[in-house]
Amino acid sequence: MASVGQDLTEYLRQEMMPTVWCPGCGHGIIAQGIATALQQIGADLDQVVVVGGIGCSGRTPFYMNTGAMHTTHGRALAFATGLKLARPRLTVVVTMGDGDALAIGGNHFIHAARRNIDLTVVLYNNSIYGMTGGQSAPTTPQGSRSTTTPLGSIEPNFDATVLAQAAGATFVARSTTFDFQEMPQLIARAIRHPGFSVVEVLSQCPTYYGRLNRLGEAPEMLQWERDRTLPVPDGPLPEITREDLVGKQPIGIFREEIRPEYTARYRELCAAAGGTYNA
Amino acid sequence: MKLIQGNEAVALAAAAAGCDFYAGYPITPATEIMEQMARILPPQGGVFIQMEDELSAAAAVIGAAWGGARAMTATSGPGFSLMQEHIGYAAMTQTPCVFVDSQRGGPSTGLPTLPAQGEVMQSRFGSHGDRVAIVLTASSVLSAYEMTARAFDLAETYRQPVVVLLDAVLSHMRENVDLPEIQPVPRVVPELGEDFQPFGDSPFVPFGEGHRTVVTGLAHDETGLPKTAGGKATERLLRALEARLARDAREITYYRAHALEGAKVVLLSYGITARAAREAVDVLRGEGIAAGLLDLQTIWPFPDWLVQEVAERADAILVPELNLGQLVIPVQAAVAGRCRVAPLGRADGNLFTPEEIAQAARALLAAEETGGVLHG
Ligand SMILES: Cc1ncc(C[n+]2csc(CCOP(=O)(O)OP(=O)(O)O)c2C)c(N)n1
Ligand code: SF4
Repeated sequence: MASVGQDLTEYLRQEMMPTVWCPGCGHGIIAQGIATALQQIGADLDQVVVVGGIGCSGRTPFYMNTGAMHTTHGRALAFATGLKLARPRLTVVVTMGDGDALAIGGNHFIHAARRNIDLTVVLYNNSIYGMTGGQSAPTTPQGSRSTTTPLGSIEPNFDATVLAQAAGATFVARSTTFDFQEMPQLIARAIRHPGFSVVEVLSQCPTYYGRLNRLGEAPEMLQWERDRTLPVPDGPLPEITREDLVGKQPIGIFREEIRPEYTARYRELCAAAGGTYNA
Repeated sequence: MKLIQGNEAVALAAAAAGCDFYAGYPITPATEIMEQMARILPPQGGVFIQMEDELSAAAAVIGAAWGGARAMTATSGPGFSLMQEHIGYAAMTQTPCVFVDSQRGGPSTGLPTLPAQGEVMQSRFGSHGDRVAIVLTASSVLSAYEMTARAFDLAETYRQPVVVLLDAVLSHMRENVDLPEIQPVPRVVPELGEDFQPFGDSPFVPFGEGHRTVVTGLAHDETGLPKTAGGKATERLLRALEARLARDAREITYYRAHALEGAKVVLLSYGITARAAREAVDVLRGEGIAAGLLDLQTIWPFPDWLVQEVAERADAILVPELNLGQLVIPVQAAVAGRCRVAPLGRADGNLFTPEEIAQAARALLAAEETGGVLHG
């Protein structure tokens, strides 16, 4: 089985290197995680499309040696829904930032989850808007600073994994860029999952979130990620872990269940009407 | 012969033109297009999906096009406003797709069930940044059928989003029509050599056909990759498209002329208003006034050449439209003093009566004779 450290040249679009990401940014670790996952599952890269929104995270498609769609801010899932429905044999991975997925794109996020369409979301959560220079996001922890919350944020923040589960996603997991060994495995499992899957990856933005909140450089931020998370066993959280979790975010797989997938249901609908969907 | 509604004609034409993907969000007066497509597509194995809003409907259409579908959506004013960002994205990414906008009174929620022609300029300039737009209109149920089919062909030929503008009355009006045969422009995926470039004047190649295309709304060159020289490449693309459309102007300018021969006062109209204008022409001719009608079905790219030909022979052009004066602006620019041009607008949700148009034409001619100025 492939693991981190293996040659990913074939999976990365060399002519787009170097990336736009700042030194120390966690997004590169996640992109590497996606490439590693594609390698692990032995994907046919001609039949993979990585769809990104707008933001530092949304740039990921450019660096993948697959089909790539860099869309509009917040709407990547809507583009991906059309793409997947039109050509269901494609493997479609969607990369979005926390602002991208949960603020401007929140509506598409919940509806794609509700449909349980076979898309894999990799949600890059760096607690802030990176690309536009450090404004607050729906994930910015209450009390922390951004350029638009210079006095500290007073808004409660979203938990994307809880939201995804409530909306109907059938595979929901969280990892971090610190957990760079496990994270690609989770992404691979999410891609294999026949339904709407979400892997939230906590990422570090040393340039804005780190600097504005005095969290240090990338190495300190990675440790901060480790310290604020707690690995939990697969499945719904038992009460006992909930207590241990005070002040920490669980990491692991929170839901993995098989329910009818959208394109499969659509195929049945067409068949019942006498049609052949995507013959 | 078949008695059908304007919206139904759009759905039937789309299906006949090879449309196999519809994503939409309900809105009066366009909803029946969506409801029809929900019935038509599944038995044909095509995709129908009701999205969560118009932003996602437009996005899904573009995504589907890149999945190889011939895709469309239909909406009305408020939804058309929400789709603008993605119409620009489709233009930038050279994505063939079709947007139908059944115009209702505005601004804002306005008059949901009443007709208007307020999106003439929005359909041309509504998306930020500059681009080249292809926009068709229809003045009858048959023409709604024909123009919808043409829209799919133009989208395919020029690899661009194409807009069809209807209005609340035409959408809901029923007429007896003989549905013409439609031969969709075929899509041929070429041999993909090593040096294949997915953008510029290349044919459209969807994902999954062997080329790992990079599609982006960022400025990019013919390879699709966003490069620093992308701005130049974008301008190159837009200018090439503009030139191609200018070269093909005579083929892609659809219009109907009525009594235009020898007309001294020309009613230049489009969409639902052209129907009243046609009757006005007959009224005026009955009075011995040499009136004629130019009913434009292609409004963008604006056919300057055609309007100039008409202006050379006419004394005056009257432009009746259901807005405060939109298409009259390019008419004035094209005519450039060759003859007198006057607007005739209304934006209260009502149609013009033929007599109102005839009266304005008489007044325009009288003003002409006395050298006065007419304010429409
Ligand atoms: C419609 C629209 N609104 C605003 C923007 C500006 N914008 C670009 S990226 C971004 C936020 C990015 O933050 P996030 O989604 O968290 O991703 P990150 O850059 O942190 O990876 C914003 C607001 C835009 N491109 N489009
Ligand atoms: S701004 Fe932040 S998120 Fe964006 S590339 Fe730099 S470190 Fe990464």
